[in-house]
Amino acid sequence: MMKQLFPIRHVMGYLASLVLSAAALTVLYADLSDSANIVILLITALIQASLQLFLFMHIGENTETKKELYLNLAYALFVGLVTIFGTLFIFVWGWYA
Amino acid sequence: MDFERFKVHGEPLIYGAMISIALATIGIIIGLTYFKKWGYLWREWLTTVDHKRIGVMYILAALLMLFRGGVDAMMMRLQTAAPEMKFLDAQHYNEVFTTHGLIMILFMAMPFIIGLMNVIVPLQIGARDVAFPRLNAVSFWLFFFGAMLLNISFVIGGSPDAGWSAYFPLASLEFSPTVGNNYYSLALQISGIGTLLTGVNFIVTILKMRAPGMKLMKMPMFIWSALLTNVIIVFAFPVLTVALALMMFDRLFGSQFFTMSNGGMDMLWANLFWVWGHPEVYIVILPAFGIYSEIIATFSKKNLYGYTSMVFSMVIISLLSFLVWAHHFYTMGQGAMVNGFFSITTMAIAVPTGVKIFNWLFTLRKGRITFTTPMLYTLAFIPIFTIGGVTGVMLAMASADYQYHNTMFLVAHFHYVLIPGAVFAVIAGFHYWFPKVFGFRLNDRLGRHAFWWIAISFNVTFFPLFLLGLMGMTRRTYTYSAETGFGPLNSLSFVGAVGLCIGFVILVYNIYWSTRYMPKDTNGDPWDGRTLEWATNSPIPAYNFAIVPKVQTRDAFWTSKVDNIPLFEEKITKIHMPSNTGKPFIMGVIFFIFGFSMVFSLWIPAILAAVGIVIVMATMSFDRDHGFYISAEEVIATEKKLRGETV
Repeated sequence: MMKQLFPIRHVMGYLASLVLSAAALTVLYADLSDSANIVILLITALIQASLQLFLFMHIGENTETKKELYLNLAYALFVGLVTIFGTLFIFVWGWYA
Repeated sequence: MDFERFKVHGEPLIYGAMISIALATIGIIIGLTYFKKWGYLWREWLTTVDHKRIGVMYILAALLMLFRGGVDAMMMRLQTAAPEMKFLDAQHYNEVFTTHGLIMILFMAMPFIIGLMNVIVPLQIGARDVAFPRLNAVSFWLFFFGAMLLNISFVIGGSPDAGWSAYFPLASLEFSPTVGNNYYSLALQISGIGTLLTGVNFIVTILKMRAPGMKLMKMPMFIWSALLTNVIIVFAFPVLTVALALMMFDRLFGSQFFTMSNGGMDMLWANLFWVWGHPEVYIVILPAFGIYSEIIATFSKKNLYGYTSMVFSMVIISLLSFLVWAHHFYTMGQGAMVNGFFSITTMAIAVPTGVKIFNWLFTLRKGRITFTTPMLYTLAFIPIFTIGGVTGVMLAMASADYQYHNTMFLVAHFHYVLIPGAVFAVIAGFHYWFPKVFGFRLNDRLGRHAFWWIAISFNVTFFPLFLLGLMGMTRRTYTYSAETGFGPLNSLSFVGAVGLCIGFVILVYNIYWSTRYMPKDTNGDPWDGRTLEWATNSPIPAYNFAIVPKVQTRDAFWTSKVDNIPLFEEKITKIHMPSNTGKPFIMGVIFFIFGFSMVFSLWIPAILAAVGIVIVMATMSFDRDHGFYISAEEVIATEKKLRGETV
């Protein structure tokens, strides 16, 4: 009974999130090259994001709301990327030199 | 403990504010005790999850904040009415214009609009409540206590004083050492979480709870505007949340995100602020477009011209709103390429907005127009907003903006878009939907009286500011010398502000007068309306619709009246309702304590309050609440009573 009730998947997911955050932190403490750092950050971020999406945000659930979920993700991606690349555009690439 | 930092010293005005806050609080407590209304207040309002009551509380809070922000505005106009005025000192003036901006945008315009959405959205889509009634209460109380936290800053510790945009480095600990900007980061954070939850709640409500038959393209225009607004809220507010958190870290914990050294970047604050801030402008303006669309259709006795183009123009505006933010800081130092890009995206917004303006005009064309109070505000909106829009395009030209930037021209521009675009809209919506909520109309003669005062005085107040801006008067200057020649136009502007005041006094008097003398509406449809909210009784019963309507056309209620298409076909059955809960209110109170402790770096109470918040949230998620049922007999009896039949 207790075994069925215990949300083992979620606890594991939570622990995995913590481990991934710690792994990302190595960028600060280990003395690696910039490109290695970026690779570490990208990989941990990707795993982290998919962990959140599948485990906690139920993206894999087969329901009639699938369309809304993906539309939502697309919009979030749009806003996120616009913010990041827009900021880079303003402060780095397009900065008045 | 050092009590000195809680005190605000100096002026008779601040002592006056302290005394008036204390007197008002004592008055409310004595009044509630004397009339034995504590239980009523708790049962019927503080613990309610009913979307209509939450909406009414939002609107009441917004009216209160309109008064507070209006007093701020009057003080500013008085201070600048003549050269070398000695009414406010520089510090006090800084605090006043900062809180005026914050309160008017975040604690007046937004809650007023969210209040109207709360009341009307479920009714217009034929639903019995929002998707998550309890979450709705959480939203309201977080907003409310966030607003209260900002309001007490004036008398405890000092208000934020770095402008409503709180640009770094001015807003940093180094240059603003008082707690004012701590209040900024925490009060906005708390109410911002509430707004974010509202966004989630209303998207789900609109997507999932529409009456059978109401396809997306059959939704009333106000629902479309509410949907898009909430989409913008959900995607824009996280940016503010993050930016405010970073600000709080900088100010309270010594991090260096927005500093000028140690790898910090002060301009990043301005950037992040406007990534949120520009969509925010559309959050307050899109619902206004929805309200106007409803009012124009109703009082022209025509269906809305160009429904599909209206929807698409709003979708395009909502997307473009995320692509224009850098136009708020053309002069910050980015190159011509960047400014050119943001110039073009900004001007592009004028296109869908123009489409909407023409659609409204074509709706009016050959309509049978009745000039009621809400319609007057709507008709005044079109030309005034167009002036605001055209000056917006002027400001959008980056090279020209180097002249206008941070002058009174800009101040005039955004008041010309925000007042007709948001304030007129909520006042129009207030008059329009008032009979739905309270069962009687506001007096039209007094309403029109207030309208003319407000519309004319608005132009007298703000048009001179365009000229002052072109003459070179910068915004946020607290005084100027007579030689500048700014005196006469500023005096004229002050005269206008007094007129606006008179207009709002008449508006409030109208509420009092109408409550006493206006006759009750009995059929629930005083304006000969077109959409579903007019198909229920007024005042609306707790369950909204005795029978869930079946929708076949766009103006569902109108076609049901004209073409005799039946809306309500099924029989009355028992209705499932959510139960009230006090937890959202309690959580709001604890959030307030948390915010206050954080502002003053009182760590132990802050930690205790944070633990308290987690405990309340945990108990809420383990609550087993199955709601309750209103029996069919009770529904039938209520319906008869509301229709004026004898039971």
